[in-house]
Amino acid sequence: MSGRDAIFATIRKSLRVTGDDSLRRESVAARLEKHPRGIVPARGQKPEAERTELFRQMVENAKASIVILDSKDDVPAAVAAYLRSKNLPQSIRHGDDERLSLIPWAKERTLEVTKGASDGAQLASVSYSFAGVAESGTLVMLSGADNPTTLNFLPDHHLVVVDERDIAGDYETIWDRLRERLGAKAMPRVVNWITGPSRSGDIEQTHLLGAHGPRSLHVLVVRNS
Amino acid sequence: MSQPVNSPHFNANARKALDDAFLQKALARSEKGFIERRKAAVEKLPEYDALRDSARDLKDHILAHLDLYLEAYEKNVIASGGHVHWAANADEANEIILSICKRLDAKKVAKGKSMISEETGLNAYLEENGIRPIETDLGEYIIQLRGETPSHLIAPALHVTKEQIEADFRRAHVDLPPERNLDEPTSLLAEARAMLREKFLAADVGITGANFLIAETGSSVIVTNEGNGDLSQTLAKAHIVISSIEKVVPTREDAGTFLRLLARTASGLDLSVYTTFSTGARREGDPDGPLEYHVVLLDNGRSNMLGGKFQEMLRCIRCGACMNHCPVFHAVGGHAYGWVYPGPMGAVLTPSLVGVEKGGQLPNASTFCGRCEEVCPVRIPLPKLMRNWREREFERHLQPAAARYGLGVWAAFAKRPAVYRAATSLAMKMLRLFGGKGRLRRLPLASGWTEYRDFPAPEGETFQSLWKKRGAAR
Repeated sequence: MSGRDAIFATIRKSLRVTGDDSLRRESVAARLEKHPRGIVPARGQKPEAERTELFRQMVENAKASIVILDSKDDVPAAVAAYLRSKNLPQSIRHGDDERLSLIPWAKERTLEVTKGASDGAQLASVSYSFAGVAESGTLVMLSGADNPTTLNFLPDHHLVVVDERDIAGDYETIWDRLRERLGAKAMPRVVNWITGPSRSGDIEQTHLLGAHGPRSLHVLVVRNS
Repeated sequence: MSQPVNSPHFNANARKALDDAFLQKALARSEKGFIERRKAAVEKLPEYDALRDSARDLKDHILAHLDLYLEAYEKNVIASGGHVHWAANADEANEIILSICKRLDAKKVAKGKSMISEETGLNAYLEENGIRPIETDLGEYIIQLRGETPSHLIAPALHVTKEQIEADFRRAHVDLPPERNLDEPTSLLAEARAMLREKFLAADVGITGANFLIAETGSSVIVTNEGNGDLSQTLAKAHIVISSIEKVVPTREDAGTFLRLLARTASGLDLSVYTTFSTGARREGDPDGPLEYHVVLLDNGRSNMLGGKFQEMLRCIRCGACMNHCPVFHAVGGHAYGWVYPGPMGAVLTPSLVGVEKGGQLPNASTFCGRCEEVCPVRIPLPKLMRNWREREFERHLQPAAARYGLGVWAAFAKRPAVYRAATSLAMKMLRLFGGKGRLRRLPLASGWTEYRDFPAPEGETFQSLWKKRGAAR
């Protein structure tokens, strides 16, 4: 018997069931098919303006910084200002996301914009988030050429643009949007939920920022995208 | 292979722990933080208790249908381009991982935190076979340098002080200038970050654990605050997930129920910084990510726990709250428990996985104060399960002769109320002879107790006689 068969045989023997009990099969199939929502905290269930405000608070609670911009056209200046405030070179890297290509980067004449994944040499990156979650101040990032996963983790500073209309109250709404976009069961290689900059509590249980991922996380919410 | 079991020596381990000044300092420092952070996070979420109830019910549903959810999970991992390997025990899991590493000609492995890999003794096994695993979680990295095992589920280096870490770094990082200043925790963190960044970039294979496996999509989920699990899996040629079979959950929504509980209960954050859902290998057009994705599913005795007296233990999501709130853990730390899992959850799980002969001491290491059950996010009745083990240990004559003899003598008296009353009131009088009033600093035949604390001197009467008098007066 293979390891697999042995494990299934023991599970079924212990549970005193067989693999072909149709009631059990139906119950499992129904749950996988309907993916019922569990308890969704009331905290995030708010109209858009209040939801954005909650998102802002929760992002700051998670020790990230956040600015709210009126339009996409304001992004280059906000990025340049952030880099300046951190005493960083005016240089930023991003992926193939069309929404990033449409940003008028040329408005900041000293800002160098490069494209592609990170090999660890970049100090700052900018990604476009699939969504934000107000409940916990979380950014939802999808892997792929549009927003390479290495840009989320290797640079010291991660800047993330999120459209206000993509900020949801809860995770469940985001999963439904993803089902709509990719299909019922499909996932990109990686979905990263990011809530604040990297940190560690492993030295005497004191939380220190800047463990292995970005030392700081800066969120740019765009109102009229 | 698997990690050797040192649990039968709990008593000796505990004594050593109580005498360890470094450990006592580290334990005293950590106790309050965990408790306060959890409390604050829980108070901010009115739905917390309702979530616990629904998480408990959901886990019970999963365990009752475990075979079917595992089938669905396997099918969806394969459909998304990944590979599933089944390991009945630790040796099989280690061999599977070694063969993947060998096929890829891997020499260096970056490892995210995984208690399952501690269970299988994976690091030692890989090293014996010429492969260098580097632990990348900061706490795990520290204890790897020290040649130790984790002493806590989520804070593996809980038992180590800042000064000890500094000494370890100076010993291990010999290429750095010896005069560098490492007084502050931030400089220790910065040094570890720089050292490990090189390891991430050089690793051939990344191995991580999994907090959850999602049947609906075939995804594995890890949570970290550091981002080490993400760098481990993103930069290597292959990502190997090592997990145990009971980690499967039905859907993404169901994962959300547990995620809303996990970080709050463990560390007091609403969510961990990074929650990562990984599904298969690099897709066409992806500029980064691993080229292969493997999941190794370990049973190691869990399937035998289903349907029995200890099934409820399989609800555990490894948050560490039970040990954070345990007076015994606070006194002796995690290593005294002698195997992978410490604290109340370890006291129940260890005998289930390694046998009551080796793990039976642990369920006795409890004051039965019940705080572990109060804070458990999936409401595991840990004290009840520990009592189950104690009964089984007694039935199977596994307790030390002195304990059995003592219980036998007590039972002989307790079954004869008149004799019991006479004997206890005589004992009260004898105790008074030793100490008069106040506290007794020394007692014949009980030096094990009085060596560490005083024994309260009796007030002169037994509880039973006082009860009788007060009842009569009413």
